[in-house]
Amino acid sequence: MNHQAMIQGVSSGAESPAPMILIENLHKSYGHNDVLKGINLAIAKGEVVTIIGPSGSGKSTLLSCINFLESYDEGRIVVDGAVIGYVEDGKGRRIRMPEKDLNALRQQIGIVFQQYNLFPHMTVLQNIIEAPIQVAGMSRAEAIAVARLQLDRVGLRNKENAYPSELSGGQQQRVAIARGLAMMPKLMLFDEVTSALDPELVGEVLGVMRDLAADGMTMMVVTHEMAFARDVGDRVVFMDDGRIVEEGPPDQLFYAPRKERTRAFLKRVLTPQSGL
Amino acid sequence: MDFDLQLFLQSLPSLAQGAVMTAKLAVISIAIGFAIGLVGGVARISRNRVVSGLALAYVIGMRGVPLLVTLLFLYYGLPSLGLRLDAFTVAIIALSVTNGAYITEIVRSGILAIDPGQMRAARSLGMSNGLAMRRIILPQALRRVLPPITNEALTLVKNTALVSTIALADLLRAGLEVMTWHANTFSPFAGVALFYLLMTLPLIWLNAWVERRFRMR
Repeated sequence: MNHQAMIQGVSSGAESPAPMILIENLHKSYGHNDVLKGINLAIAKGEVVTIIGPSGSGKSTLLSCINFLESYDEGRIVVDGAVIGYVEDGKGRRIRMPEKDLNALRQQIGIVFQQYNLFPHMTVLQNIIEAPIQVAGMSRAEAIAVARLQLDRVGLRNKENAYPSELSGGQQQRVAIARGLAMMPKLMLFDEVTSALDPELVGEVLGVMRDLAADGMTMMVVTHEMAFARDVGDRVVFMDDGRIVEEGPPDQLFYAPRKERTRAFLKRVLTPQSGL
Repeated sequence: MDFDLQLFLQSLPSLAQGAVMTAKLAVISIAIGFAIGLVGGVARISRNRVVSGLALAYVIGMRGVPLLVTLLFLYYGLPSLGLRLDAFTVAIIALSVTNGAYITEIVRSGILAIDPGQMRAARSLGMSNGLAMRRIILPQALRRVLPPITNEALTLVKNTALVSTIALADLLRAGLEVMTWHANTFSPFAGVALFYLLMTLPLIWLNAWVERRFRMR
């Protein structure tokens, strides 16, 4: 298969604009354990796609493949026209792309993790300006200006000199979002970002993500928050056992699912408390 | 007991001279050993098998051979291969290379104790492996392993006593000479012990200061 031709084919489509993220026949296994069994998904610029599904269905692995924190075995991922993780050598074989190129691609893809993963030895401000200065080559003053803008956005401007351990889980997660945004990424990935939070702190993080979606950020959101998946997602994807079982507009997927597995899952998770 | 206060006081100046040599050896070897340990610790967990293999071989080799044997081998053994190093150089090499092997293992354990999520977060922001190691992982790891590293530094200060076997005028050697000339064993060694003790105190203070200064929040 000629990858170059395919990329051009992707980006020259006149009637439908090139997707921000294109995932084709993605396979990934750990040893004999197949985690992703052929994922196909295209996400447009500015689109918010929420991904739901039972634990172990491959949702988080899928996100990790997009910025190549996890390698994949088969298929390909294209972000804004660039294939992630692999290049072809002279003989048409696929080899891991040079680290330098990979690092450049990763700068364009923000990710927020379930466990925040803030750097505990740095203040909030230092956490946010670290990569813009060290990786993107911004001046310190420029990076601080960007960081403060992002802190305003997540409502934590007054915490810039705090250390992560002095913040609540919700505040830490909002800092993590600001840290990702400070690199001016083309898209943001959210990997169960509210799952480690106390229930009363979930709202503030989801609020920040709602604002971000409203601002037109391209987002892939793996979540167990069904109300959020329905309200914020332009499209909802249901994954199970390494495959996309069903995808569609929120109203259709939640209230008129076509597949039996989707119905069974929704029946399990949609309790009266979930507000759906 | 033959403690002789006058002899004790008399011996202090020459002991102090020896202590200066010991302090010089200790400071230089601790610095070099620490540098080796930093590089070695990172090399031990390298994905490059050759790099991690070499680091492992170094650690096994230097932890398995007594420092005294390393000293004697470098000083008396190498000249038969045509390589003659002066006693000071031999002492610095033996002390820092031995110390570096222990620090290597301490640094490695410190790196492995850091949550893998830290590296994932750093890499996701576009940092190279080296940059993430330098700016994110090592600063956290070193804070955690400061106490065992201080321990190694204290051990090194005291291990410098072994260099008296290769004719370096260190603290122990100075004490031995006083003993020989005055046929009194207790007084000079009381002084020697006191000097070693005094020399370890700054390291303990340094440890406490660094721990306060870089407290992990």
